[in-house]
Amino acid sequence: MKLLVPVKRVIDYNVKPRVKADNSGVETAGVKMSMNPFDEIAVEEAVRLKEKGVATEIVVVSVGAAQAADTLRTAMAMGADRAILVQAEEAPEPLAVAKILRALVEREQPRLVLMGKQAIDDDMNATGQMLAGLLGWGQGTFASKIEAGGDALSVTREVDGGLETISLVLPAIVTVDLRLNEPRYASLPNIMKARKKPLETIAAAGLGVDVAPRLQTLRVVEPPERKAGIRVGSVAELVNKLRDEARVI
Amino acid sequence: MSGTAREAMEFDVVVVGGGPSGLAAAIRLKQLAPEASVCLLEKGGEIGAHILSGAVIETRALDELIPDWKEKGAPLRTPATEDRMLFLWKKRSVSLPTPPQMHNTGNYIVSLGEVCRWLAAQAEELGVEIYPGFAAAELLEEDGRVVGVATGDMGIGRNGEPGPNHAPGMELRASYTLFAEGCRGSLAKQLMQRFGLREGVDPQTYGLGIKELWEIPKERHRPGLIQHTMGWPLDKHTYGGSWLYHFGDNLVSYGFVVGLDYRNTWLSPFDEMQRLKNHPAVRRHLEGGKRLSYGARALSEGGLQSVPRLSFPGGLLIGDTAGFLNVPKIKGTHTAMKSGMLAAEAVAEALEKGRPAEPRSFTRRVRRSWLWDELRRARNVRPAFARYGQLGGFIYSAVDTVLLRGRAPWTLHHPHTDHAVLEPADAAAPIAYPKPDGKLTFDKLSSVFLSNTNHEEDQPVHLRLRDPGRWRTVNWDRFRSPESRYCPAGVYEVPDPDAPELRINAQNCVHCKTCDIKDPTENIDWSAPEGGGGPNYPVGM
Repeated sequence: MKLLVPVKRVIDYNVKPRVKADNSGVETAGVKMSMNPFDEIAVEEAVRLKEKGVATEIVVVSVGAAQAADTLRTAMAMGADRAILVQAEEAPEPLAVAKILRALVEREQPRLVLMGKQAIDDDMNATGQMLAGLLGWGQGTFASKIEAGGDALSVTREVDGGLETISLVLPAIVTVDLRLNEPRYASLPNIMKARKKPLETIAAAGLGVDVAPRLQTLRVVEPPERKAGIRVGSVAELVNKLRDEARVI
Repeated sequence: MSGTAREAMEFDVVVVGGGPSGLAAAIRLKQLAPEASVCLLEKGGEIGAHILSGAVIETRALDELIPDWKEKGAPLRTPATEDRMLFLWKKRSVSLPTPPQMHNTGNYIVSLGEVCRWLAAQAEELGVEIYPGFAAAELLEEDGRVVGVATGDMGIGRNGEPGPNHAPGMELRASYTLFAEGCRGSLAKQLMQRFGLREGVDPQTYGLGIKELWEIPKERHRPGLIQHTMGWPLDKHTYGGSWLYHFGDNLVSYGFVVGLDYRNTWLSPFDEMQRLKNHPAVRRHLEGGKRLSYGARALSEGGLQSVPRLSFPGGLLIGDTAGFLNVPKIKGTHTAMKSGMLAAEAVAEALEKGRPAEPRSFTRRVRRSWLWDELRRARNVRPAFARYGQLGGFIYSAVDTVLLRGRAPWTLHHPHTDHAVLEPADAAAPIAYPKPDGKLTFDKLSSVFLSNTNHEEDQPVHLRLRDPGRWRTVNWDRFRSPESRYCPAGVYEVPDPDAPELRINAQNCVHCKTCDIKDPTENIDWSAPEGGGGPNYPVGM
């Protein structure tokens, strides 16, 4: 079974993002970037499926600037077999990415698209669902457990109030959640070997997809600063404050 | 740890560390020997992530290395335009004549991390293989010759046992290994012991630099302005001072260096740096601005007298690991790069001539170069400050460098190691530092947050007490835990002074190496944590 795993290059999760002086967005120039952590989990799961003999080939794909090639190399160092970089100027919106992925699905014919449930930069949580809609495939979102058996997948989903297990007929889309696995390190020998794995670069326009943005960002601002807490002397005082000052009870 | 399962790879040359010296060495090597395989390891998550410097740089070495750096888009964009040298009292200041070596005409104010990222791109274009995120953790030695380094294992748990995602380290074997770890390199320290490289030279003396990057209102930004201060808030026996550079897009680099030969155990370099911002000479530059980033790094200040033997079987020491900083110029980038280039020349020659164990010509090349000449002229300035105090040192330096032009027939020495001079807590005067206001001055934790530092939590602590029992009797009883004050990242803490115990928050570490230097009995050993850990300084730092 061939797997397609889309990965996104985002601001590293250790970096405190900074709003641009003109409030047009978040500063990314010169900021450390790395693979979206949820996508790392998807790559890890794909590699595990391959190690179990379920998957035969893992193709990773990224849509974005030329530097996204680094992210693809990391995915190949983790165990993906080859990579496709769809070069696009600015980070395209989820709908455009889903359309690009649809074009690649038609070309590559994977049986399963494994992807992060959302990217930690815009937290959209949309691309997987849109791709499923565009392709008319079944989807299992927020997966915390995936079991393969024949032509179906059993996917345990993290939903409000508990876990839900569904059976998906392939081909399908699965978006992964935090608790699915703990991704492996890309080891140095594997990083060296990944340099020799094939990486194909294509232009977004070449896929016939219109990547023009549909959304307009009005203003990006920092969240308000948290006020300092106070210490209360007694339960009675706490109740009074909650009732009279905070007005929450 | 798991030496049996490790993979190995052979290179002609391995460079440990992706700072100015390591990158310059790698570039020069590929220029001279394009066929040589050169691999560079960097412990930071990316090149530049651990680079911290002022920085005003002199382009002399860069001009020699990449003459067309301007055309190639090197990020040297703010030429120095105005030099100011101030001596401060608590409320007042007086301008001092700018010492000749501190004239910055022709120099540039840069983000050194950005310059390193650019140098790395040049190196990769020439075919250097660069691997950030991997720390060289172990020396490989065979028959008395260093034959490379091994990266640390990944995924070892806090208890020292391999976890589920354990990945063994890798051996990078090479004919020659260049150690460019920066000040107080952890492998360089082992090499100095192993091969006796410090025999017959003065002890190294260090400084701790703490830096903040600010963005200030456009109308007050004066790109190219350089200001240095001496005096307050340090007492007259303590070496140090501040820098303040306007550069880039409304950015200001503000920082403070304290000589680690300070004596008062109550001194806190971090708090000195914070309270200095209340002085009008600094405040007027930063007020109304926003602090973007924070970090710290030790630097070698010993100069010529403290430079160790530079070569040993299988490798060389380059850059600030060897200690090529020019103290009166307060610059080390051009000298670090030059030392890397000279090392590359020595190694290229050795590769061609039968690969002798020790590329000895490096020392000769250094001594014949402008680098050595510079350090020779500058050699008496730092020890003079240690001997005569701030103003006395300044006056002596004026005589030595202006009247005698660095040709004094004597050489002042560094008589002590920095850790040996700390005075016991009851013999030193406590210092009362003002509380941070959260606008101009800050506490340590919110500062460390801005360094973006992070370490995988489940790994062995990379800061170890060689003798844990000694902390109570020496560090606490005699010195009242100096590490909780000199550490600029809040790694060391004594939560309850009534039941004193040392807590080590190793995740906070910004890899400045001060604890490895200043612990009164050198009881703290800094070793490389899992690769990729440590600060993530953005471009601009």
